[in-house]
Amino acid sequence: MNGLDLEVITRALPWLAQGLQYTVQLTCVAALGGIALGTILALARLSSHPVVAGVAAGYVNLMRSVPLLLVIFWFYFLVPLGLQWVTGAGSPPRVGAERSAYVTFILFEAAYFCEIVRAGIVSVGAGQQSAARALGLDRIQVLVHVILPQAFRNMLPVLLTQAIILFQDVSLVSLLNVTDFVGAAGKIAQRDGRVVEMYLFVALVYLVLCSAASALVRRWQRTHSIGRHPETAR
Amino acid sequence: MTMISLDAVSKWYGTFKVLDACTTAIERGEVVVICGPSGSGKSTLIKCINALEPFQQGTIRVDGVSVGDPNTDLARLRARVGMVFQHFELFPHLSVLDNLNLAQVRVLGRSRDAASERSLALLQRVGLRDQATKFPAQLSGGQQQRVAIARALSMDPIAMLFDEPTSALDPEMIVEVLDVMSTLAQEGMTMLCVTHEMGFARRVANRVIFMDHGAIVEDVTKDAFFDDPTARSVRAQTFLSKILQH
Repeated sequence: MNGLDLEVITRALPWLAQGLQYTVQLTCVAALGGIALGTILALARLSSHPVVAGVAAGYVNLMRSVPLLLVIFWFYFLVPLGLQWVTGAGSPPRVGAERSAYVTFILFEAAYFCEIVRAGIVSVGAGQQSAARALGLDRIQVLVHVILPQAFRNMLPVLLTQAIILFQDVSLVSLLNVTDFVGAAGKIAQRDGRVVEMYLFVALVYLVLCSAASALVRRWQRTHSIGRHPETAR
Repeated sequence: MTMISLDAVSKWYGTFKVLDACTTAIERGEVVVICGPSGSGKSTLIKCINALEPFQQGTIRVDGVSVGDPNTDLARLRARVGMVFQHFELFPHLSVLDNLNLAQVRVLGRSRDAASERSLALLQRVGLRDQATKFPAQLSGGQQQRVAIARALSMDPIAMLFDEPTSALDPEMIVEVLDVMSTLAQEGMTMLCVTHEMGFARRVANRVIFMDHGAIVEDVTKDAFFDDPTARSVRAQTFLSKILQH
């Protein structure tokens, strides 16, 4: 048992790769779904209709004040019941934590993305909205062609930072015995009694992937930020 | 023929009255300059004309269409009235050409090619055809404002509203924007300009409206406004003496 046994890692690589694939897949789906739903929530929060804005704000505040782990447990039990109610089946369908996690993370992350998108929309000056409306564009056209493209450029760094956090948070599903990257490593670690090697390796992979993603964000920021004034453009 | 008419238009922000029973009419082809101290309601007044700002009392008609009527298709009305803003408000994520094309394609339903053809012709007119592929941030303030004028013209407007179009510009750039506006006026465009450029008003305007505390204090021909100081109200005299001092 003395010293590190790196063989354990190489032997387990195919299994770990499967776990990592699930983690990446869940991260991407949750990020895209969360941004889509978050954008709708953000528009609802900015609505002049008090009920629409209130419901959206309530949802966001609820999601943001409950620990993620609790939400994961909730949806693990609620998604089958919800499906039963929707489909009218006799007993709750077996969904499994792997799949309920998609719903959980989209709904949970939407609350965080909502606040980012909302800030992004507000960051686009009111004058842009006036100018677009003055040209005869309707509300949806103003949003789609003028406000959102600028808002998303402004908030891209924060969006990607949130996606990186999400990538790490996804590991919590391993507590439901899901074989994500951490879950896969944990199972090997327990079976072979090689906790140190496995968790060091997992940490290293997270470090490399997250650093690479951060570097990409910085690069993208340099090349794609839009200057609103001549000084910042050059 | 009357292009724009205002009848007893009043507007409040809460209990503060920003527009106080403003009444005037702008004929087709007329160039009217609105001036007055800051906070007198000039910008608010012209923003009411294309319904960017709501008003609570009175009637505004643009080419016969009532702006305050809830049944009026405001987007359609705005598409027919060009507006130029103090801070240009070009869309920074779009090229100069796309700034001009966007509303032509989305609102007027022109094909991209037809829109581009019209846009390039207008850019030529404001002397910026060679800048079509650039982004707004790559242009000087004066160039940006000329693009903004071309963008407004791309909708073939029946009238143009200018909201302090030169106030955010360095002095050497003011001239190039005023030149474009003068040419436009000579071509017969109906224009309503909020501006402190009294030289421009003297050369180009038919009429001058002086506003103070949300009310139209004077609404007279250019000659009467500039050449007959005794006929003017005390407030207008004070204002003019302040801005013409230097």
